Amino acid sequence: MTPPADTAPVAVVAFAQTVHRRRTDELSETEMLMPVLHEVLAATGLRTADIGFTCSGSSDYLAGRAFSFTLALDGVGAWPPISESHVETDGAWAFYEAWVKLLTGETDTALVYAYGTSSAGDLRDVLSRQLDPYYTAPLWPDSIALAALQARALIDAGHTTGPALAAIAARSRADAAANPYAQLRGAVTHGDPLVHPLHTGDCPPVGDGAAALVLAAGDRARELCARPAWITGADHRTEAHALGVRDLTDSPSTRHAARRAGAFDRPLDLAELHAPFTSQEVVLRRALDLDERVRVNPSGGALAANPVMAAGLVRIGEAAAAIHRGEADRALAHATSGPCLQQNLVTVLEGEA
Amino acid sequence: MTSAPGPPGTNPLTAPLTVEFPFTRSLGPVQSAFLTGLRERVVLGIRSSAGILVPPVEYDPATAAELRELVQVGTSGTVTTWAWNPRPRPRQPLAHPFAWVLVRLDGADTALLHVLDTPGPEAVRTGMRVRIRWAATRSGAITDIACFEPDDTPPDDTPPAPRPVRPHDGTFDSPVTGITTPARLDYTHTPGRAQTRYLQALGGRRITGERCPSCHKVYVPPRGACPTCGVATTGQVEVGPRGTVTTFCIVNIKARNLDIDVPYVYAHIALDGADLALHGRIGGIPYDEVRMGLRVEPVWTDGARHPDHYRPTGEPDAPDDTYRELL
Ligand SMILES: [Zn+2]
Repeated sequence: MTPPADTAPVAVVAFAQTVHRRRTDELSETEMLMPVLHEVLAATGLRTADIGFTCSGSSDYLAGRAFSFTLALDGVGAWPPISESHVETDGAWAFYEAWVKLLTGETDTALVYAYGTSSAGDLRDVLSRQLDPYYTAPLWPDSIALAALQARALIDAGHTTGPALAAIAARSRADAAANPYAQLRGAVTHGDPLVHPLHTGDCPPVGDGAAALVLAAGDRARELCARPAWITGADHRTEAHALGVRDLTDSPSTRHAARRAGAFDRPLDLAELHAPFTSQEVVLRRALDLDERVRVNPSGGALAANPVMAAGLVRIGEAAAAIHRGEADRALAHATSGPCLQQNLVTVLEGEA
Repeated sequence: MTSAPGPPGTNPLTAPLTVEFPFTRSLGPVQSAFLTGLRERVVLGIRSSAGILVPPVEYDPATAAELRELVQVGTSGTVTTWAWNPRPRPRQPLAHPFAWVLVRLDGADTALLHVLDTPGPEAVRTGMRVRIRWAATRSGAITDIACFEPDDTPPDDTPPAPRPVRPHDGTFDSPVTGITTPARLDYTHTPGRAQTRYLQALGGRRITGERCPSCHKVYVPPRGACPTCGVATTGQVEVGPRGTVTTFCIVNIKARNLDIDVPYVYAHIALDGADLALHGRIGGIPYDEVRMGLRVEPVWTDGARHPDHYRPTGEPDAPDDTYRELL
């Protein structure tokens, strides 16, 4: 949706993320998250007590730690009592909840954070537990296998080729060379087929990481940030659960969310796409009508760092940070969740001239 | 837990952690008919606004209308997309390399996810004809389809004979009404810096807390952050071993696999020097003589990694103003 005309506009005013790493054995999730929370608060000069609403995204399945989001709150400092919520999915959806909360006018600041410890389990198996439990999950199809089915469908439909996918991998990791937080950077070997037609290089690294951002409304945003990244629209849509019902070569939910968020109203100059697999960038570019004038994933995207449950929020943060730095004026951020781009969230951010 | 190499100054602990649960799920009329059908080597689909859905769902993906019109479809079909899996994972349907496939069964308009048994990826292509290989023993589950196998009759690219999609009332003898789907995930648990320090101290029968640099409270067990200030706790502080019962309850239900006679007392114990009470069992005193303010000390048993229980020290009870803040 785009915000109603009578509400104060809301902006991303600060963003921070961890260096994403293959393992963080020496840290609890709270210990991993805390420096990011401190960094994002320090950037605005706010303290926890000043924040009107706090919302987080994570999943206990990643590390096998029950109710880990309640422990993570220790890193926020929940005294005096805070207004808080949690989504059991990517933090991009926590961002959406916080944005709506700010649009109601109940408060003028929000802290959003997300984290994932993918290294604790075997991510391919862990993610299979989110599938339909009657017809699909008993077969234990893993996340790479499902993405590979989608990649094959794209190749069969003539939308891409193996070498074109390899080029997306190479471009992403080359761009990530300038991203100090990325896990995979520079020249990365494309490797053997992992699940044909996807090679190792077509797949995201498995790793741990966290991200946080601060939202603020109206004049508060202008006080906290020299060039706020105003949220001019955001929307999220989902598709049928059964994979065999969907056209895996298309993402109508992304397109619909983008239209509702106003993405097609004016030209974009940057897009941060949450495409963990090279083949998914092909789907998203088509769904969003992105041409060569739009810089896609200058951060390297999820192919360079994919802290599950935080990677979508990182896309919003990277897009906002590009506006903060004056490197972009109108940016799109996309986040996904579920197999083969099942759920999709699109945000449009703009800087003032 | 075992130690793993870590950055200088830390020695993180790790331990295997298995999360396992046999999810028991009931089936609605549509899923029951489909899964019972598989047991009887019959594949059912359902009529929707987008044609025949196989596997069937209860609500139309496009209109959300309730769906009830079951039909029987073929047991052969066409591969709509595939992916070659050279290294099967432990719980997947075949132990040797196989192809993941989406198969549109004859008569269906949507595709079913399953696996295809062929010698290598050269033998697989989109559009190839495949048929169901049934499992030898079937219980009413998606795995009653053991896998798909190539179906050379009729040859590839021959359009399948229009197979009449027959109405089916979904009725079977002794229908399957529920399934049990065991879920098991294996993890390596790492407790982090603060809990590692705590556990390592416990190994030496010492109980340590950590002090918040901001509010100066000592947390036991420490989790690395002060929950009120939101900052890292740093300074390690040895607490106890003696402490005070701040509150307690009497447990009358015997826990499975727990060799403790009921009733027994479970208490919050504020160890001397700590600003947060921890949990422990109280022993060495009749359950109905435990009271707030009782002074206790830990009892360690051989090989245990933490105190087995706490027993009275024999000191006078602590005045209530010494622990009121910790309730
Ligand atoms: Zn404190």
